[in-house]
Amino acid sequence: MAETGAHGSTAASAAGVGLSKGGGTATAPAVLEVEGLSAAYGPVRALDGVTLRAESGRITAVLGANGAGKTTLLRTISGLVRPTAGRVVLNGEDVTRSPVEAMVTKGMSHVPEGRGVIAELTVDENLRVGSLFRGKVGQDEFDRVYDLFPRIAERRGQTAHTLSGGERQMLVIGRALLARPKVLLLDEPSLGLAPRIVAQIFALLRKLVDTEGLSVLLVEQNARSALSVADTGVVLNLGRVVVTDDAARLAGDEDLRHAYLGF
Amino acid sequence: MQEFVNLTLGGVITGSVYAAFALALVLIWRSTRIVNFAQGAMAALTTFIAIALIDAGQSYWVGLVVALLSGLVIGAVVERVVIRPVEGGPELNAVIVTLGLFIAIQALISVLFGVNQRAFVPPFSNIGFRIGDTTLGSLSPNTVYTLIAVLLVMVALIALFRFTRLGLAMRASAFGQEVARLLGVRVGRMLTLGWALAAVVGSLAGMLIAAETAFVAPTFMDSLIVFGFVAAVLGGLDSPIGAVVGGLVLGVALSYVRGYLGDTLVGLAALVILVVVLLVRPGGLFSTTQTRRA
Repeated sequence: MAETGAHGSTAASAAGVGLSKGGGTATAPAVLEVEGLSAAYGPVRALDGVTLRAESGRITAVLGANGAGKTTLLRTISGLVRPTAGRVVLNGEDVTRSPVEAMVTKGMSHVPEGRGVIAELTVDENLRVGSLFRGKVGQDEFDRVYDLFPRIAERRGQTAHTLSGGERQMLVIGRALLARPKVLLLDEPSLGLAPRIVAQIFALLRKLVDTEGLSVLLVEQNARSALSVADTGVVLNLGRVVVTDDAARLAGDEDLRHAYLGF
Repeated sequence: MQEFVNLTLGGVITGSVYAAFALALVLIWRSTRIVNFAQGAMAALTTFIAIALIDAGQSYWVGLVVALLSGLVIGAVVERVVIRPVEGGPELNAVIVTLGLFIAIQALISVLFGVNQRAFVPPFSNIGFRIGDTTLGSLSPNTVYTLIAVLLVMVALIALFRFTRLGLAMRASAFGQEVARLLGVRVGRMLTLGWALAAVVGSLAGMLIAAETAFVAPTFMDSLIVFGFVAAVLGGLDSPIGAVVGGLVLGVALSYVRGYLGDTLVGLAALVILVVVLLVRPGGLFSTTQTRRA
């Protein structure tokens, strides 16, 4: 963690200073707390004591290069990868050992890398799978998702493999919303999308966070776009948190940008 | 002309049983990417359980229900105990496990019920209908029953997968295990259920074949696993509708071979069809579109 000192901007010193877009500068209550989380693939350490928090009604962006551990972080939080150390606390409840299937019932929706569209099912069926665990769900909730994403509404009867990348991203975000999550984990939503589509999707996320109180933990390689929409940025390098700071200030820190974010 | 009609009808009827068996293979392939070579032996076991009951004085229908229920239990137990440990591992492991299971179950049948052929009395007459003074040798009350039974199972399965929440959960588990888990679907349970349902359909195929051949030995399903597999590959291993069409096409084709070319060529013809399908259209007639990875 030597770099942390060099930049002098740890989470503690940043708290209460920033130019948060979420409204207010005070620290919001955490919906998700990750404490000292470590994970390994065999002998290879992928996460090394990661501590971060996703605040309620905010967008927290985790940034870093390929192999920094971003995807592993999300997969360990949602239980797909078992941690070797540390805890995950969701709404005050320790969920470190909870089965993956239970996470969504506790209020966590994880949209995995590569979007997780089930290509063989239709658009409508994809949405319905997302609400299965809730039992019967009214048609109005599906209509609301379709209102949010008119592009996929036109295609609700088609199999999902006919969708473009952007449409797939809309579908999985819509599907995640049907689970009524308290916190949404998004793994590289911008991957392979045209900048215009990325901007659209990020703008929509921002709107959902501001109007519906959704909380988002976003993992991105595209640091510039992510920081433009996020409230807080966390920089990950080789499985460790290097910096946690207000997103706007991270974007303005030239040394840091050059060292870790590549823009 | 009369021979052609007879051969076609006979082909449709045996084809419907191939279809049922292929459907069992497809159900398992879709959910776990495993070709269950033990399917025939499992069906033989449940058929022998039914025979034991029928010999003890119970009716065919009691035997059928018990055979289907024991298929349900055996399928679930096999998935939980034997298949679960090799799921997600190298594909060859699962293949070897099902082959081993095939031999073990067949041996178990011999231990429990003996190796001798047993007579199987069909629930309906196997004597062909007469129209005027021509006899439709292959269309009898029993074969009509076979057709109806297979048709009912197919309709029930389609209804399950298309229109129920359970069916949607099973399909989601089959096509996107990890995503389904993240969405809160109990994927493990769905896979167990898939194997159990497949074993029920396989058991039905066993009971229907037994009623047509009238004699059964512990190995009586061995040829059906070959024909069922060819039918499934012909239709596309991923497609339930393909399994049904593949079964019917194979049944009719082999019936013509048997009628016009001779009985001994049937096995060879099945292999030729398999090779041609794999060469020309390896995904099968009803292969779903290749998944585009975005």
